[in-house]
Amino acid sequence: MNKIISIEHLSENVVKLSIEAPRIAKKRKAGHFVIVKIGEKGERIPLTISSSDPEKGTITLVVQRVGVTSHKIANLHVGDSVTDVVGPLGLTTHIEKFGTVLCAGGGVGTAPLLPIVEAMHKAGNRVITVLAARNKELIILEEEIGGFSDEVVIMTDDGSYGRQGLVTHGMEEIIQREKVDFAVIIGPAIMMKFSSMLTQKYNIPTVASLNAIMVDGTGMCGACRVSVGGATKFVCVDGPEFDAHEVNFDELLTRLGGFKDEEFKAYQTFLETLKKEVT
Amino acid sequence: MENMVEHLAQERSLEWREALRKSIKSKDRTSLERIDMPEADPVERAKGHIEVNQGLSVQMAVEESRRCLDCPDPTCIQGCPVSINIPKFIKYIEKKDFAGAARSLKETNALPAVCGRVCPQEIQCEASCFYTLKLKTPPVAIGHLERFAADWERKSGNMFIPEVAPANGIKVAVVGSGPSGLAVAGDLVRLGYAITVFEALHEPGGVLKYGIPEFRLPNEIVDVEIDNLKKMGVEFLTNFVVGKTATIQELKEEGYQAFFAGSGAGLPNFMHIPGENANGIMSSNEYLTRVNLMNAAHDDYDTPVLLGKNVAVIGGGNTAMDSVRTAKRLGAERAMIVYRRTLEEMPARNEEIKHAQEEGIEFLNLNNPVEYFADKNGRVNRIRLQKMELGEPDASGRKKPVPIEGSEYELEADLVIVSVGVSPNPLIPQSIPGLKVSRWGTIVVDEKEMQSSVPELFAGGDIVRGGATVILAMGDGRHAAAGIDRYLKKKNRSAS
Repeated sequence: MNKIISIEHLSENVVKLSIEAPRIAKKRKAGHFVIVKIGEKGERIPLTISSSDPEKGTITLVVQRVGVTSHKIANLHVGDSVTDVVGPLGLTTHIEKFGTVLCAGGGVGTAPLLPIVEAMHKAGNRVITVLAARNKELIILEEEIGGFSDEVVIMTDDGSYGRQGLVTHGMEEIIQREKVDFAVIIGPAIMMKFSSMLTQKYNIPTVASLNAIMVDGTGMCGACRVSVGGATKFVCVDGPEFDAHEVNFDELLTRLGGFKDEEFKAYQTFLETLKKEVT
Repeated sequence: MENMVEHLAQERSLEWREALRKSIKSKDRTSLERIDMPEADPVERAKGHIEVNQGLSVQMAVEESRRCLDCPDPTCIQGCPVSINIPKFIKYIEKKDFAGAARSLKETNALPAVCGRVCPQEIQCEASCFYTLKLKTPPVAIGHLERFAADWERKSGNMFIPEVAPANGIKVAVVGSGPSGLAVAGDLVRLGYAITVFEALHEPGGVLKYGIPEFRLPNEIVDVEIDNLKKMGVEFLTNFVVGKTATIQELKEEGYQAFFAGSGAGLPNFMHIPGENANGIMSSNEYLTRVNLMNAAHDDYDTPVLLGKNVAVIGGGNTAMDSVRTAKRLGAERAMIVYRRTLEEMPARNEEIKHAQEEGIEFLNLNNPVEYFADKNGRVNRIRLQKMELGEPDASGRKKPVPIEGSEYELEADLVIVSVGVSPNPLIPQSIPGLKVSRWGTIVVDEKEMQSSVPELFAGGDIVRGGATVILAMGDGRHAAAGIDRYLKKKNRSAS
């Protein structure tokens, strides 16, 4: 049982939770994720650690309400507990002084991007970050990201904040403006696919942090397999970060939809139950 | 070993054993027929998750126990990886002292209710039974009797908790709560060690929980055995991945003096053929974990599982049988085994194959998948199979399957479970500098002590064997426990 110390609603459907997990807080580094499970009958889902406080023994997770489990998490309160939290899992981000690093975060992908931006900044890189989302509501952690970035560019699909346009527009302007030595992209698979195509066009080495369906998170089940450079890799133990130009994003997109019908049905049933409880 | 023989002879010469032996003539004992295990009706059982083997009744167990001759040289014991005193517990059953039978099982086996269900007795104790060896008739049903005694005790509500030596304050860490880890924990806690079992998943039990289905081994039975270990003082820490949450080195700094790695063979193999990453193709580990550990087939649990109309399970081992029989229970119209050799070479237990056949599982032997195809949504819908024939024996001694050119054909399948073996989980080996591993990634240990190249680290089960059985893992655990005890005694003697 891991107690929730604080909750902040970043937008209607996005929450930032700080939970007790002293061992994980001490060990975690940029790139690591945890598996969480809510309740006895809950599902195990992976969430990237956004930050941690080893002194207080807490880790911070950012969750967007998209299905049953994320909805349950978003509905928790301070003092409630997350039934199971295990980690830190995955390999850490490879950090070195590249020169200028372009970081791109799409939607809640900004949360896992934060520790990488921080580590790249501390390694002495010039860090330029592009944050992109559908609208202003969904731009998160701007201030925290700003603290470790030399420049932050905001892009929204509807122009409600920052500049109107896709993440790739913001990235391309910077690439054309100055020499970029390395890029990190995290966000929805479709955003990573196009961002990766862009940096490939300019021959900029790029890593993408992949989200995948997982059960155990320790290599046991193989649900998270992905094709990288033609070989099958497990996101949980071989990743979550891979050379973006080698990742088969189309396959990743298909695999993320592997339980779409089941998930949709379960979410509808769950929302119905919630409604009944209210009335 | 001398001591062991003497000890067995001494127990055998106890008055009650002698009286019992004399009460029925050997000839009358050998003329009794082996009692069959009652099984749930194949049609009924394939609709749900009830246990297939129903267990012997008291009367059946006592009758079967009479067949055992209580041999002066009990060869059956040599066939048991954990050296259970088999005649002793069976004679307790004959005497109708069922609690006594359960107690004697627990002298050497922390999990009798589990072993009675899943051990391949036909190649172990029962293969070296006097009946099998000398009389060439069906052996005493040792496995069924073991299960009977353990079940009787559990149902009596009065479980015997083995005595524990006074605490010596020495901390030992057991990594993984599967069969080998539980065996180590059981043996060492009795000797007075302070045992912590670290489990990566949210529930202890390892493969006994996530792998073996309810219809073969109900999870409740595993929980009862784990509870007994807790009562003996073993501490279980779930959600703890040794190598990630804390390293062996860090745990050493926290006072653990010895380690047992029983982290299993948790990395599923795939065949790396075209289309294998389509949706609806998964490892047996994933499929079974969703259904067994996460209860995915129940509506009130959040974890989803894919259902299939035509389910193909690739492979011929026990895990393949577990997967295909699970698919049948979840409503598959066709549940098929696709195996590249014949029934003869199949590594699964005969009992599992027989049960699968009774339940209407189809066996596509001498077939091998070469490619998968998917529909527009990316879900698998067809497999391209190639027919095989058997050639010369290979390194394993089994005849090698050879593809027949031009024999390819397509089979409809909307769910494919790949069950072609597992590799050792790399998390532990990766996190320990200087640890000697084989080229397959298994931890190299000294066979007697089960000690690795890192002196305080011992290992056993699938992380050493690469993929074996529950009982072999438990046997490793027992050897490792003895090895750890010797190591710590020696170390602490030289330290004082």
